[in-house]
Amino acid sequence: MSDDHVYLTLAEGHEDDARWAYGTGFEDPLHGVDTTVPEGIDARELAALCVALADDALVSAQRLAEWITRAPELEEEVALANIGLDLLGQARLLYSRAGQADGTGRDEDAYAYFRDAGDFRNVRLAEVPNGDFAFSIVRLLMLSSWRLAHFEQLASHPDPVLAAIAAKGVKELAYHRQYAAEWAVRLGDGTDESHRRTRRALEQVAPYVGELFTACDVRDEVVAVLRQVTEAAGLPMPVYRPLPGSGRHGEHTEHLAPLLAELQGVARAHPEATW
Amino acid sequence: MTEQLQEHFDATISRDQRIEPRDWMPDGYRRTLIRQIAQHAHSEIIGMQPEGEWITRAPSLRRKAILFAKVQDEAGHGLYLYSAAETLGADRADLTNRLIEGRQKYSSIFNYPTMSFADVGVIGWFVDGAAICNQVPLCRSSYGPYARAMVRICKEESFHQRQGYELLMTMMRGTEAQREMVQDAVNRWWWPSLMMFGPPDDSSPNSAQSMAWKIKRHSNDELRQRFVDMTVPQADKLGVTLPDPELRWNAERGRHDFGTPDWDELMRVIKGDGPCNDQRMERRRSAHEEGAWVREAATAHAAKQAARAEKGAVA
Repeated sequence: MSDDHVYLTLAEGHEDDARWAYGTGFEDPLHGVDTTVPEGIDARELAALCVALADDALVSAQRLAEWITRAPELEEEVALANIGLDLLGQARLLYSRAGQADGTGRDEDAYAYFRDAGDFRNVRLAEVPNGDFAFSIVRLLMLSSWRLAHFEQLASHPDPVLAAIAAKGVKELAYHRQYAAEWAVRLGDGTDESHRRTRRALEQVAPYVGELFTACDVRDEVVAVLRQVTEAAGLPMPVYRPLPGSGRHGEHTEHLAPLLAELQGVARAHPEATW
Repeated sequence: MTEQLQEHFDATISRDQRIEPRDWMPDGYRRTLIRQIAQHAHSEIIGMQPEGEWITRAPSLRRKAILFAKVQDEAGHGLYLYSAAETLGADRADLTNRLIEGRQKYSSIFNYPTMSFADVGVIGWFVDGAAICNQVPLCRSSYGPYARAMVRICKEESFHQRQGYELLMTMMRGTEAQREMVQDAVNRWWWPSLMMFGPPDDSSPNSAQSMAWKIKRHSNDELRQRFVDMTVPQADKLGVTLPDPELRWNAERGRHDFGTPDWDELMRVIKGDGPCNDQRMERRRSAHEEGAWVREAATAHAAKQAARAEKGAVA
């Protein structure tokens, strides 16, 4: 085989039907799946649930992407990117499902790029800035513990598409939670500085936690995980101090709009473009 | 004794067999490899920055996922390469310090800015393309761990190049503004990409020895020529113009003639005066410094765990 082989074939196979990079094409990711909403399911409620879960995932992925080239070690670059990619993948599937369920037929990009902050339904914990590595880890621990417990329930949702998305997500989220828990223990147990920072991160996260439990009842599971991790890390359980308002109702911190401005800027500058 | 070892080493090289970590090797061979592999690893890590800037701004979720995965691959390449350097007795933390202190270099291409999303496509096409030209021959490099790392890296680079070209194809079918973005990015990246193959052969100080050791298999000028010959038809197919008035087919040679890159510019960028040198180094330095407490915490926790395990075993 010639050294040049891989390069020489580059321009071949780029006809319209062969845009193959990352999957087989530009169709929606649920292509080939029966996407009719089953009888007895409130399609608008289903769509709203999918949008909220997708918004959590997209906003989290965006914050994780901000870590790239800034992580404390190369292994963490790889791991945080991996988690971000998983969440981005979940967001794409959930937006597609929402577009089918709400009858608008919108695609994933319509939801991600052409809604304003007030239309986003993510929890505020996902949107607040990354802070230091301890804050990002504690936030990831909370969000992934909650999302894993919630997805385990959703895996038996009467909508087969959402159930399948959740079942796939469970495997990913189990890894996210494990990654965050291991780091929380290392940081809590490690040095005085890492202990202090992690303790502070727990306090900073606490006000945003209540919002997670408004729509689903997985509080006991999440508290149990948190108890186990803080015990192993030698950290106190955070005291819950609820913050008024809820991202689930479109009430956000001042941090969401700038996050979306960055995410949406190029797409909105070229609304007629194809990417 | 050393003479015998040297003879054995020379014979291994001349039979095109691989040198492995525990084999005897001349100090110069070891030093050259550590320098080359470390520079390559640093390039992967610094190379995450110009494109990484666009992950948060990618204009579709599909492009966001592709770019995110690509930049993640680059971190992975950096990891394998630092590991390959460690088989020669180098230490990753030490190599990172050398990078941060400016004692070791990375590819000068990453000192140019990314001005639009089309740059992501052009970097894939040109920069990953040039990397493939440089690196595919390294899969036959005489040092085993390096050659094997290159096999995997080249497969991924080839994928990166394809996604870049595919993005450009898509943009060229889009709006006029998108076509202009692509041409503008091609204009800015063409000459720096030609410089990626290094200075011309008659002023490349380390090349001859590396060729003799079969660490390197083709000269800089030969690789540059190949890159030009392969890229010209791809540019035609894409519908962009390469910004070189001297570029034309030479039927006699059966290759393209092309203009001379601005070697003074290359030297300036290598010496630290490129458009983004300071910015790239500052990002890497601050990530490393701000991450110090995290790495210290991990080390402290591991030591405490070990002590607890020992205490448990005694009890």
